[in-house]
Amino acid sequence: MREIFTQVTYLVASILFILGLRSLTKPDTARRGMQYAAIGMLLAIIGTLVQHEIVRYDWIIGGLIAGTIIGIPLGTQVPMTAMPQRIAISHMFGALAATLVGIAEYWLHGAELGSAKMAAVGFEVLFGALTITGSFMAFGKLQEIITGRAVTYKGQNAVNITLFGVTLLMFGYLIVHPENAVVFYSMIALALMIGVFMVLPIGGADMPVVISLLNSYAGLASAATGFAIGNNVLIIAGALDGASGFILSIVMSKAMNRSFQNVIFGAFGAAPTVSTKTASGLSVRSISAEDAAIQLAYAKLVIIVPGYGMAVAQAQHQVRELAELIEKKGGEVKYAIHPVAGRMPGHMNVLLAEANVPYDRLYDMDEINGEFERADVALIIGANDVVNPAARNDKSSPIYGMPILNADKAQNVIVLKRSMNPGFAGIENELFYNDKTSLLFGDAKASLSKLVTEMKTV
Amino acid sequence: MNLTGFMQLYVFMLAAFVGYQIITRVPPLLHTPLMSATNAISAISLVGSLVVAGANRDRVSTILGVVAVTAATINMVGGFVITDRMLKMFRREPATPKVDAAAAAKPEATK
Repeated sequence: MREIFTQVTYLVASILFILGLRSLTKPDTARRGMQYAAIGMLLAIIGTLVQHEIVRYDWIIGGLIAGTIIGIPLGTQVPMTAMPQRIAISHMFGALAATLVGIAEYWLHGAELGSAKMAAVGFEVLFGALTITGSFMAFGKLQEIITGRAVTYKGQNAVNITLFGVTLLMFGYLIVHPENAVVFYSMIALALMIGVFMVLPIGGADMPVVISLLNSYAGLASAATGFAIGNNVLIIAGALDGASGFILSIVMSKAMNRSFQNVIFGAFGAAPTVSTKTASGLSVRSISAEDAAIQLAYAKLVIIVPGYGMAVAQAQHQVRELAELIEKKGGEVKYAIHPVAGRMPGHMNVLLAEANVPYDRLYDMDEINGEFERADVALIIGANDVVNPAARNDKSSPIYGMPILNADKAQNVIVLKRSMNPGFAGIENELFYNDKTSLLFGDAKASLSKLVTEMKTV
Repeated sequence: MNLTGFMQLYVFMLAAFVGYQIITRVPPLLHTPLMSATNAISAISLVGSLVVAGANRDRVSTILGVVAVTAATINMVGGFVITDRMLKMFRREPATPKVDAAAAAKPEATK
């Protein structure tokens, strides 16, 4: 009877999870749907706690309380700008849980596991362990504990491939000889190393792909846990998570013009070759806040292109304020969001939503690109590579072929920029030297505040 | 491999397929909440950790289980809370009086 109750809660949880994710296809239904998913989770936990196998509750309750105490501030306190590292660290926790369960299974059953179960446990600890360290590295890079730049050395790929090959061989050996504990624990150690080496050569701008990929791995580790302990709700949730991470990785790598193989093997982020086109001899036109404000005040359509620079400067609230002033003067404001703007998928949308920008003003690349020609001003705030026309017309450029926002098609372009340093990819941006482009130098937040003040007097 | 293993593979395959179909329809607007949502949902691995922690088999497995319970709970609680916090922020444009007037006028004009 208890067993049936447990299974029913798992079934209901699975349905609510799927419905919860489906609700995310529309912003209006999303919140309610995810609340149902949370109820499903609660049901599944109750269903588990009544099982016969569980005989002691003191430790469990301790763990649940400790997790809740740590989890609540991670949910309520983390600022939206820190969302990428927040997500990275949660991949780590998820993978850690899966890996520990896998190790416990092996510790308790060892050779009795048999080949099929061993394969499941092996997958679990393999994906789990490399996600633990990989996510921690990603967290470190995003939090700037470790250098955000790509760390590369000679023979890096050879080292990584060898490490990966040896680990796979160990895995294969274990399926045949599950009793060999030394190989099992060594495999975990190697998988932990792979996680470190995998993320090491990846620079800050490539983080959206890495986070998505680690999301997928964490999901697969959960699914493998389900195989190992024979639990369908785990398999379903893990598969959903894995599929989501997989799709986001593809979306991100497409938006960065990288092949999927390139992403899977983490062999990207090598030092970019410097474009043949350099800035020598070209001059930029700088503009005062006053003149920029006049341009904006008389514009009919302004398209704002926010980039990571806006997030760093925490300037999203000033952006909204400026937009409201433009609207008051009779202009229309739209936001153009490149898929890889920010440090994780959809990051820019969340930041702007936090600043009370209504979501129907936020446009995806495909939706907005046709409208730049109609725009009087494209206002670029802390974005660089995603508006670099070199992606369209300079075959020697490392970002050639990457889909970009057509900001250069606007009548006028105003770029808010701290200095003339090139962007993350280290590539010169010819848009800045265009005749219709003017640059407003300074910290994005300070510049925007000046623009707001000037707008009020125009 | 036994029959159960095959049934599990079917479950995995179908769930991955459903996931793929649904998630391709999630707009880029909600990709960050999507990621935190799937993260929270995959904290269901908590049910596996609970069994390991509560079965009282030996000290090692209990310790591993308790740490796993803690880690999974962090994700579950933190994940659902932060997803809700984000989704709460996504608001439609408040209908301005001007838009309202235009919308109200339209049906009459077409009559």
